Amino acid sequence: MVKPELAFFDEIKAEVRNLNFYYGDNKVLQDINLSVARGKITALIGPSGCGKTTFLRCFNRMHDLYPGNRYEGEIILHPDGLNILSPEVDPIKVRMQITMVFQKPNPFPKSIYENVVYGLRIRGINKKSYLDEVVEKSLKSAALWDEVKDRLHKPAYDLSGGQQQRLCIARAIATNPAILLFDEPTSALDPIATAKIEELMIELKRELTIIIVTHNMQQAARVSDYTAFMYLGRIIEFGKTDRIFTNPQEKLTEDYITGRFG
Amino acid sequence: MGGKNIKVAKYLDTIFALTGLLLCFLSLGLITVLFIDLFIDGASRLNYKFFTSFPSRFPEKAGILSAWVGSFAVMIVTAISAIPLGVGAGIYLEEYAKRNWFTNLIEINIANLAGVPSIIYGLLALGLFVYILGFGESILTGGLALGLLILPIVITATREAIRAIPQSIREASFACGATRWQTIAHHVLPYSMGGILTGIIIGLSRAIGETAPLITVGALTFIAFLPSPPLTFEFPFISFKWLFDGFTVMPVQIFNWVSRPQKGFHVNAAAASIVLMIMTLLMNGLAIYIRYRFRKRIRW
Repeated sequence: MVKPELAFFDEIKAEVRNLNFYYGDNKVLQDINLSVARGKITALIGPSGCGKTTFLRCFNRMHDLYPGNRYEGEIILHPDGLNILSPEVDPIKVRMQITMVFQKPNPFPKSIYENVVYGLRIRGINKKSYLDEVVEKSLKSAALWDEVKDRLHKPAYDLSGGQQQRLCIARAIATNPAILLFDEPTSALDPIATAKIEELMIELKRELTIIIVTHNMQQAARVSDYTAFMYLGRIIEFGKTDRIFTNPQEKLTEDYITGRFG
Repeated sequence: MGGKNIKVAKYLDTIFALTGLLLCFLSLGLITVLFIDLFIDGASRLNYKFFTSFPSRFPEKAGILSAWVGSFAVMIVTAISAIPLGVGAGIYLEEYAKRNWFTNLIEINIANLAGVPSIIYGLLALGLFVYILGFGESILTGGLALGLLILPIVITATREAIRAIPQSIREASFACGATRWQTIAHHVLPYSMGGILTGIIIGLSRAIGETAPLITVGALTFIAFLPSPPLTFEFPFISFKWLFDGFTVMPVQIFNWVSRPQKGFHVNAAAASIVLMIMTLLMNGLAIYIRYRFRKRIRW
């Protein structure tokens, strides 16, 4: 295991310390240590079943929704030093700071407008002028504004798959989160829609920290600053993306990125 | 060689399709014939006076006023008791309950309750509501008995409608920071409302045709008065006295008329049956319409 390394000029936004995760008695994440750099994109890659999505879903405590799941270890959110895995921390508070974009676009069967403001509505924010402002800003950040500005109150399901996914991004950033999680956000999209989402991620990292799970190594190489290669529930290697892809230190990493398995 | 096989297969295909069509027409035809027969027998009595008259010793003077008002009042009690309980139980079982032996037991019980003969519900209501709780042989007792009867239908329909909502929608809501109740109130319930309403109406249309449990709890067969009015002129203007009044309902009235020897009452029974059937068909039609409307509005 290569020690977590961040370039000296990068600031740590989240720090994973000795994380183990269990589905029932089944230990699926083993002794994970990782530093997530602020304002950067960290990619999690690895073959199917290596635990990368499970790991990602620890960051917003999604596993709390299902019985029998258990965390060990810590994920410290900087600068306030909050351990988001602590049982005393309300997962709802965590999810208000760390939002998520899923594999398949999953807008609500409501209007475009209501999709974007949902996170604000559940916080009790209903002032129309403010919501209008957030809708415009979020949709602009998600590069969707020009396509939908004339039909904000039309159903979100009338949008194409790529537009729906950008709407989900707008929904996820509307509440100003600290970290944005992407779980294979382009696996259900065509290449053009994928390219748009990738451009968008690079734009978004100016404002927030991104962690992305991807099956697509080219995507990790294109968008991310740091890459963690996972295998069988462990992080095998972590480092700057260009270093991981050009000069992997571990045999497993090299075999995976050169396509010898996975 | 192969060509011949295909020909035989296609021939069998046609035969099967024709048989299916025939059976469809047969069952539909039976209902149509039944309805036409009822209509021929009873149409002569279907007029305004039939709806506004009380039962009478004279068949041509008798009407269904107390029966349809009774059916309506009983349905209100049934709806008010079964809908919140049934929908609430469905939500709990799908969204909150942990899977363990206890919830499995509840589930098996609900599945079995749906198959319990309706007269058993009548006996339960007689023992519990009439004798133990002292509600009397009243609209309240009848309504609650039917409420119990359709409870499994409402619970099952609610659960199936809720289960049809993709988990990804719930996760999207949770990932925005919503609580479980917010997720249910903002997403699960609105998106499953079509299925839930359909289940409720199917349950109520089952209840409106039930006879046995109501006879068991003492629905009267000859009632020449209406329940007390729910609105009064004195403070507090709302009265619940009607809940404790005796009652009859459409199917009991029909049963009573059919068992009379005079031919005239049989005509009345046919006419009342037409009314009851139309009520049931209208409710089922409403259920289909609601399902269609909600399906059109929400696509996954």
